[in-house]
Amino acid sequence: MSLRHRLDTVTEPIIERIIQLCGISAIVFVFGIFFFVFREGSDLLFRGFDLVEFLTSPQWYPDSVGHKRYGALALIAGTTSVTLLAMAIAVPFGLGAAIFISEFCSPKLRETFKIVIELLAAIPSVVWGFIGLTLMNELIITLFDAPIGLTVLNGGVILALMSVPVIVSIGEDSLKAVPDSYREAAEALGATRWQIIYRVLLPAAKNGLLAAVLLGIARGIGETMAVLMATGHAVKIPHSVLDSVRTLTATIAAELGEAPVHSDHYQVLFLIGVLLFTISFFINLAADLIIKGIGRK
Amino acid sequence: MLKKKIEISNLRVGYGNEQALKGISLDVYENEILAIIGPAQSGKTTLLKVINRTVEFIPGVQVEGSVKIDGQDVLDVKNVYELRRKIGMVFPLPIGLPLSIYDNVAFAPRAAGVYDSTKLDELVERCLKQAALWEEVKDRLSSLGTRLSGGQQQRLTIARALSHQPEILCLDEFSIAVDPVTTMRIEDVLRELRSQVTIILVTNLVQQARRLADRTAFLFNGELIEIDSNDVIFSNSPTNRVTYDYVMGNFG
Repeated sequence: MSLRHRLDTVTEPIIERIIQLCGISAIVFVFGIFFFVFREGSDLLFRGFDLVEFLTSPQWYPDSVGHKRYGALALIAGTTSVTLLAMAIAVPFGLGAAIFISEFCSPKLRETFKIVIELLAAIPSVVWGFIGLTLMNELIITLFDAPIGLTVLNGGVILALMSVPVIVSIGEDSLKAVPDSYREAAEALGATRWQIIYRVLLPAAKNGLLAAVLLGIARGIGETMAVLMATGHAVKIPHSVLDSVRTLTATIAAELGEAPVHSDHYQVLFLIGVLLFTISFFINLAADLIIKGIGRK
Repeated sequence: MLKKKIEISNLRVGYGNEQALKGISLDVYENEILAIIGPAQSGKTTLLKVINRTVEFIPGVQVEGSVKIDGQDVLDVKNVYELRRKIGMVFPLPIGLPLSIYDNVAFAPRAAGVYDSTKLDELVERCLKQAALWEEVKDRLSSLGTRLSGGQQQRLTIARALSHQPEILCLDEFSIAVDPVTTMRIEDVLRELRSQVTIILVTNLVQQARRLADRTAFLFNGELIEIDSNDVIFSNSPTNRVTYDYVMGNFG
């Protein structure tokens, strides 16, 4: 056996091990974070914390002297409303832009677009929050004659603007990954451009497009700073898009610094973290099931 | 005299500095099988792409000359979608669209605006039968077309190419990814189709051209060396010496 071959028998298993470790570490970190967040909050659960109240009561008074109440429903409603509005705006716009850039642009224009969109994605969230706090605020007050512009609408639009680059970028990649031979075949069958897009490209790229939308949603749910600044930070269940709300993430960011370590308040904030974790887990799970459901056919 | 289906005159196609076709003139008669043979890079595929106007998707392409189908110059056609529906196209590698078998065949009729389900059912069955695939897939029309074997997929693309009742069927080296048994079956299918459509068969298998075609054109480096009936092309004395050498396998 040559030296080269003998070396291979030693190095190959080592490299395999290293790659294995990389893979396992991803899982370890995810579970580690979940474990830590859960541990910080779990103590409360064992001391008889009312989980039903936590999930169904809109009363969030962690600082009340006489009667502290930890009902997160208004916060859940805040996150849900802002995210839903953001997605209602960002998904059609993002997918439309992805289709436009991938299918209708000349190569030169496409490169320009991609650079601009990546630039958009690089704007720090606090800057978006700043835009929400000043520009959007005034715009909403003037346009809707509202008393205050820091609302679901404001946060939704800001979040949409933040999610669009993610959706466009990943959506465009997945459309570009559809082999050109599909386009040629459909063209040769006399399909128009639009027919090619919705009959061939969208079905072929559906997994990637779904991933794009999900990452957009994930960004919406997880975003903190921009919505903290743009939504008015008022604990209430919104009745219209012109109401102020407060989101789960913003609550953690705003209150964790104030809450004494290991107090009830502190632990409830970690439970909110667990809640956020659970929400994203179920969204991902749902997406997985949808993809498998489509793929089985 | 036979009716001319396609008249190509002085067709030049260039990609940038490269000339893919250097002034080709030939006619295709109605209901004949015309084989186009020639080594790689001789412009065979480009010729097909000009006929159904998909050549214009190649950036920087220049087309000169004229290609007339039934006297109408395709280069002037406004509604290219209608033109393409007149022409069935089968590519070298089978391209099953990521749809069910049924939807693959029903794709073109639907694109042309046929939605009536009994009509579509009939059409799908007829095309699959014409392509000799019906018996193998009739119980699983809703499964994905891309799951079929290579030979089955190629017959699926033929069924698909027939689905819009084309007047012209172009096949571009259809047997490259297909086993010999399937190739012979497809060749039988083509012989039967001859009475209904005009077939242009691009192939680099000289023997296939000899077996199937009525006439054969020999393209070499973007030039038409010779076009004649098979009796002449595959005889011991075709008009051009190069043809003889290529057909006999002396080069290419």
